[in-house]
Amino acid sequence: MHRFRLTAACLAIALPAAGSLAQAPDALQVRSWAGACANCHGTNGNALAGNEPLAGMKREDIVQKMLDFKNGRKPATVMHQLSKGYTDEQIAAIAGYFAAQKKGTP
Amino acid sequence: MKRRQFVQAGAAFGSAALVAGCAAPGMSRGPKVVVIGGGYGGATAAKYLRMWSDYSIDVTLVEPNAAFVSCPISNLVIGGSKTIADITTPYDSLARRHGVKIVRGMASAIDAEKRVVKLAGGGELPYDRVIVSPGVDFMWETLPGMNRPGAQDKVLHGWKAGPQTLALRRQLEAMPDGGVFAMAIPLAPYRCPPGPYERACQVAHYFSKAKPRSKVLVLDANDDVTSKGPLFKKAWTDRYKNIVEYRPKHKAVDVDVATNTLKFEFNDDLKAAVLNVIPNMRAGDIAAKTGLATANKRWCEVDFLTFESKAVKNVHVLGDAVQSAPLMPKSAHMANQHGKTCAAAVIALLTGKAANPLPIYNNTCYSFVSDEDVVHVASVHRYDADQKTMITVPGSGGVSTAASELEGRYAMAWARNIWADTLV
Repeated sequence: MHRFRLTAACLAIALPAAGSLAQAPDALQVRSWAGACANCHGTNGNALAGNEPLAGMKREDIVQKMLDFKNGRKPATVMHQLSKGYTDEQIAAIAGYFAAQKKGTP
Repeated sequence: MKRRQFVQAGAAFGSAALVAGCAAPGMSRGPKVVVIGGGYGGATAAKYLRMWSDYSIDVTLVEPNAAFVSCPISNLVIGGSKTIADITTPYDSLARRHGVKIVRGMASAIDAEKRVVKLAGGGELPYDRVIVSPGVDFMWETLPGMNRPGAQDKVLHGWKAGPQTLALRRQLEAMPDGGVFAMAIPLAPYRCPPGPYERACQVAHYFSKAKPRSKVLVLDANDDVTSKGPLFKKAWTDRYKNIVEYRPKHKAVDVDVATNTLKFEFNDDLKAAVLNVIPNMRAGDIAAKTGLATANKRWCEVDFLTFESKAVKNVHVLGDAVQSAPLMPKSAHMANQHGKTCAAAVIALLTGKAANPLPIYNNTCYSFVSDEDVVHVASVHRYDADQKTMITVPGSGGVSTAASELEGRYAMAWARNIWADTLV
């Protein structure tokens, strides 16, 4: 079990790095993209009170929320404007990063 | 898992993590990075350099102040609804949690040949790469009267949060009801485009409660309000009708400090009970001294993939000091984003790899139009490889439809979170 998970994790990092950067974002690129959310949502998604913590949230839930903001289905003060700056693929990648973060103290 | 497999796994990970597994906070034998300036840019860069290198890079932060005092929210201290303690965060968490070595002092010079930072108090810090996050310094030469002895203690800018924030508050408290507070705004670009207009709201809010016969005169060198214009103008009309008066195209060129009089390029002199002169700005002294300020001798041109200076190798520049990309504001939020982008790039460069070819980050900037109602401007910026600069993503971003108390709560949540992301 452990071995399988580690191998999968290695592949996730190694494969995109070997392929084209323009097509598949690599893990470090996604970490940088996600880092830009931390100003409001906390380092690694562990937000202090007042903004939604993203660490450990289900990937599909983050994606759904972001697409709802982006498509105007979910009212917002700021997120409907920020979500439009990201492609659906970038949103999915960033959501995957936060889903994999441990919930913890900010 | 068997040992051999572990070694293989480690090798596969090698490209992603530096010296993974054997470095802990405080144990630093890796490459050396010196960060000059512990504001939003520098402090963020220091923390993320440690965190994202798995604590393998040796990071030293050079900062003169004992604690961080935030410019965002500081207008509320001037308006009286927050205290200086509310906007102050200690630096000790950067050292304790992240193993950043903090040197309390000023950098006096950078020797880019020898790759050392010289400290004003003596001593040198060697570096593999240095990150300069110097903020702004003021172009006092453009306001001759402000260079007289004592002038800068009497006529305040309040544009670096700290003692001047408190001193300006005291001047407002001491002003009799019926007095005029006059604020001079420089031509863009300057630190925090909406900041002066938010300050006008905060002072007007204070006057409306405590000194209702007093006035706020906004004397702007620009042709119009430079940020969130319709929202600020609506606040002045709806909330502070008999208090705020906005006058564009008023370029202050001198101050007669003895008589508290502003002198303009084209307009009549103006005397006020309290003057607040926000001077023209340029990159902080250390950047200018190091030859980094190549754009009009004011701002530092950088490669936006790495924030490396276009003038001096192995030197990176962040924050307000940077010659901004189109539509990129000189804001705290943006400086924090610069810090992370630069940290990731420096880690890549120190391990012989390329920086992320597509940085994407955002800006969110809240302004208080009263003690609780807030408006914002937001934008998303991404690298454009053809233009070799950051551009705003078409269709993204925008401003508030109206000021609201809900955005006031989000503004304070933003502040708490960016302070933690930068410093804790």
